[in-house]
Amino acid sequence: MTPVLSVHGLEKRFGAVVAADALSLDIAAGQKVSLIGANGAGKTTFVNMVTGYLKPDSGSIALDGMDIGRRSPRNVAQLGISRSFQIPQLFVDLTAGENLAVALSGARPRALSFHSPAEAHGGKALELLERFGLGDMADRPISELAGGVRKLIDIAMALVRRPKLLLLDEPTSGVSADEKFATMDRVIHAVAPDAATMVFVEHDMEIVSRYADRVVAFYQGRILADGDPHNVLKDPEVRRYVTGGVQ
Amino acid sequence: MKQGLHPLVMIALVALAALFGRVLPTWTLSLATVAASNALIALGIVILARTGNVSFGQGLFYAAGGYGVALIANAWGITDAVAQMLIGALCGGLLGLAIGPLIARYSGIFFGMLTLALSMVLYGALVKTTALGGSDGFNVGRPSLFGMVFTDPREADFMLYAVSVVTTGLAGIAATILFRSELGLASLAVRENNLRVEYLGLSSNRIITINLVIAAVFAGASGALALMAQRHIDPQFAYWTTSGEFVFVAVLAGYQSVAAVFVASLALELVRSFSNLYLPNTWQLVLGVFLLGVILFLPRGIGSLWIRRRNRIGPAAAAPAAIQKEAAQ
Repeated sequence: MTPVLSVHGLEKRFGAVVAADALSLDIAAGQKVSLIGANGAGKTTFVNMVTGYLKPDSGSIALDGMDIGRRSPRNVAQLGISRSFQIPQLFVDLTAGENLAVALSGARPRALSFHSPAEAHGGKALELLERFGLGDMADRPISELAGGVRKLIDIAMALVRRPKLLLLDEPTSGVSADEKFATMDRVIHAVAPDAATMVFVEHDMEIVSRYADRVVAFYQGRILADGDPHNVLKDPEVRRYVTGGVQ
Repeated sequence: MKQGLHPLVMIALVALAALFGRVLPTWTLSLATVAASNALIALGIVILARTGNVSFGQGLFYAAGGYGVALIANAWGITDAVAQMLIGALCGGLLGLAIGPLIARYSGIFFGMLTLALSMVLYGALVKTTALGGSDGFNVGRPSLFGMVFTDPREADFMLYAVSVVTTGLAGIAATILFRSELGLASLAVRENNLRVEYLGLSSNRIITINLVIAAVFAGASGALALMAQRHIDPQFAYWTTSGEFVFVAVLAGYQSVAAVFVASLALELVRSFSNLYLPNTWQLVLGVFLLGVILFLPRGIGSLWIRRRNRIGPAAAAPAAIQKEAAQ
């Protein structure tokens, strides 16, 4: 069976810094894969290359067997890869409902309408917000919302396209320790109906061990370990270079 | 999401505004005509500004509309005001379509300076083209309307006023519908964070180009109306101070309300006329103080007087920078 995402020999350098060093990785449909690693290990660079923001120096990236390594973020999104951001990238001047309306406009196959009102997306936007337990936030401007809520709306916008592959960059960063599991539960619950393959960058090993069914540990642009969470988090090299002994 | 007036109510208001010209004093008709014409081009600037890009060279399309109409009118004897306005809109729109995709790739100050540069290139070309009258320009005949020729100055002024008000009013209705549409919302999104818009599968460049073409159509029609009012055209149409005046109206209006553009344009014409009358040597100073006052006390434009939708923070110019910073990690 063709993996959803197939990456082979991916390399990326920023001057003397090696951000990706011959990365090879196959991700099967339906997996929940967590990318772990210290700051600067190359996790976000990997996500940026997969989503088309950065072009790899060499190597290939394939989505369902189709080469996407040189495509723009817009093309990549249209082909079925969506992402959320470590710092939520929302339209802060708009309401939560309007943010989702923009995302819904982008998800339709036809061109943007000059005349049909954006309110037409209100029902679908509300439905998406309700999936995240944010139904009462639709008319609230983003500028008034807390960081955790913004994170969820950022993820909801990524989910609008019903992507084949959903990349989440630190979905629980900036969320309080008390709320991190609740936040992640909401994300898993919201993603479940679309059965998207999910890759999430995470620093919190409790989150990783609870929600991932596969963990890929990065170190200096290389993959240090790859496997089920139990084994990877116990790997001596991972404990030494990534988790610092935390499980 | 807010609900506004129904388009049919807006059409009725436009018709009322046009008929109101019947009771206006003669001296105000030409002032209102100029205000409506300027409002039309400023409305285009506001539409474009909703994508975060300000055109400092809208005179480019204004002159294209004016010269296009003048040349066609003189060559083929087309004097009908509505036909001239449509020809002007077409000329402006075609030019916008030709250069829009090229300049939509730039943003912010680069976009503004590029439009300014292009308008000054046209200005330079017009000044040097003796076939078009060089720096003196040339004259055109009196406009007619649906075969009717207006010899009475009051009737001619009213006809031009009505055509200007109806054209600008209909453009305003179209802009109101556009602001509420998918494209209108996506334009605001581009203004805040164009890279995020791309990640949602939309093309920022295409959205900017569409808005620019609409602005160019409005500018071309406005150029045609100005030509009909002056019955003369010269390269000043493309000069940077002319473009600056339209930006002035757009700044006064803000980007939140279509009605504000009309109010701002009328306010500017009134301030200019009265300050010119009572302070002929320092009227520019009065205009400057007026603009400063609006910027200081109504930083979101005159429209913010009645648009108190929510306490929005300023343009999220930092957002694209933040996304790029994150992506570079």
